[in-house]
Amino acid sequence: MNNPFNEDFTDKTVKVCAKNMNFYYGKTKVLFDINMQVYAKQVTGLIGPSGCGKSTFLRSINRMNDIIEGAKIEGQILIDGKDIYKSATDVVQLRKKVGMVFQKSNPFPKSIFDNVAYGPRIHGSSNKRTLSEIVEKSLIRAGLWEEVKDRLDTSAIDLSGGQQQRLCIARALAVDPEILLMDEPASALDPRSTARIEDLIGELRKDYTILIVTHNMQQAARVSDFTAFFYEGNLVEYGRTKQIFTNPAEKQTEDYITGRFG
Amino acid sequence: MNKQKIFLEKIIIFAMVIITYLIIAAVGYIVFDIVLKGMPHISLGFLTQFPRKSGAEGGILPAIVGTFCLVTVTILIALPLGMAAAVYLTEYSRQGRFMNTIRLAIITLAGVPSIVFGLFGLGLFVIFLGFGTSILAGSLTLACMILPTIIVASEEALKAVPKSLREGSLALGATKWQTIYKNVLPYSISGMITGSILGVGRAAGETAPILLTAAAFFLPKMPKSIFDQVMALPYHLYVLATQHPDITAVRPKQYATALVLLLLVLGINSGAVILRLHYRKKCRW
Repeated sequence: MNNPFNEDFTDKTVKVCAKNMNFYYGKTKVLFDINMQVYAKQVTGLIGPSGCGKSTFLRSINRMNDIIEGAKIEGQILIDGKDIYKSATDVVQLRKKVGMVFQKSNPFPKSIFDNVAYGPRIHGSSNKRTLSEIVEKSLIRAGLWEEVKDRLDTSAIDLSGGQQQRLCIARALAVDPEILLMDEPASALDPRSTARIEDLIGELRKDYTILIVTHNMQQAARVSDFTAFFYEGNLVEYGRTKQIFTNPAEKQTEDYITGRFG
Repeated sequence: MNKQKIFLEKIIIFAMVIITYLIIAAVGYIVFDIVLKGMPHISLGFLTQFPRKSGAEGGILPAIVGTFCLVTVTILIALPLGMAAAVYLTEYSRQGRFMNTIRLAIITLAGVPSIVFGLFGLGLFVIFLGFGTSILAGSLTLACMILPTIIVASEEALKAVPKSLREGSLALGATKWQTIYKNVLPYSISGMITGSILGVGRAAGETAPILLTAAAFFLPKMPKSIFDQVMALPYHLYVLATQHPDITAVRPKQYATALVLLLLVLGINSGAVILRLHYRKKCRW
């Protein structure tokens, strides 16, 4: 990989670090020797054509790929310097620390309150006041509180698509994660809802390390500080978003972001 | 040529329509016949009295109670077992030779003739485990018989819960069991139960499995525990229709008993349908 970084990043904390990572579904190799450092409290966009491995990479950071039969990883993924694929890793604690928002909003068919309180409850909170506080705080952070505060006990399924996705973000925030993984969180939403999600990401980046997979070039350019371009299982280029979009080092990157393929 | 084709097609469609109506007619005739000949003989006394003179007089109360007991105990045994098996099969097991063997076993179990279940129950529950001819032995036998239905129905209900709900829960740090218990079972339990009730309806009407394991033709008193023998509607009907010394004389009683059994099974099944409709409205994602 050509390293386009001209600046020194020693002042930035590395939050997630992939080292010589390979990934297989059964016998098919889908990620090839990925080396990448994700910086704390920055938004890192993962771009690339469908099937390039960016979602697989994202899902290996909270070990969601574990549930897929035949999935196998080689190399290391370090979070705060610790290898999360060591057998001693507590996957429950890992996923508490690394929240995830999915492409298709997946609110549980429960009330709005119960959706947000789901995480805290499974991690042992049962005090009603504590739960109420967490729910309120999380919904405020996700920018949904004003819209739903009077109907917390109604079904989450009745919310609009954009609201559902913000609810899913609130639900992820409720377990107090440090990293947020977002897998095309706005791809199923209308432009207005998309804009709201993007604004929200802009606010959340102050407190969370965010990785976002997106198919939308403009979105990647708008919301992310760093951008990684994946192609056919390889990390082709990784650098500051500004640099990737204005002066990419690789021909493939340039072709992709200018829309010549993908 | 073309005309011929159209004519042929019309004949085929007509034939299919006729066959469909024949099925309805057959069911209609059976129900009509039983209702017509059984209804006049159903009275409060018939439903609330013990039989007298080998069933020629009196009612069928102990048979109704007996069938009710058998059905209840069967549900209590088969439902938890079947649901647990379905949860294991859909949520935990990995595909492979072992799984294929289990599936084959379930399909085979569904195809075993009911009299074989009866003999199996006699050998295992009545004699070997020493439960005697009793509600417990009969219900265990019936439970074995309807387990495949319950497992398959429960699996379908579990599979209907979208994968995204499981992923959403796991991604929040829930363990697999927490996910199943809190975010899969609550949405599938109604489907599991309604699907299973259809199996229970079948168990209520079966004669062969209880013939050797639970049923008696006449008992002077009600069962007091699950280790007691009971009378049962299908068995009572079977004896009245084939074993009774004066079969033609007790014909009205046969029809009346058949009608009660029919209504019971119909009631159980429509209960399942109503439950399903009710929950379908409530459960969306």
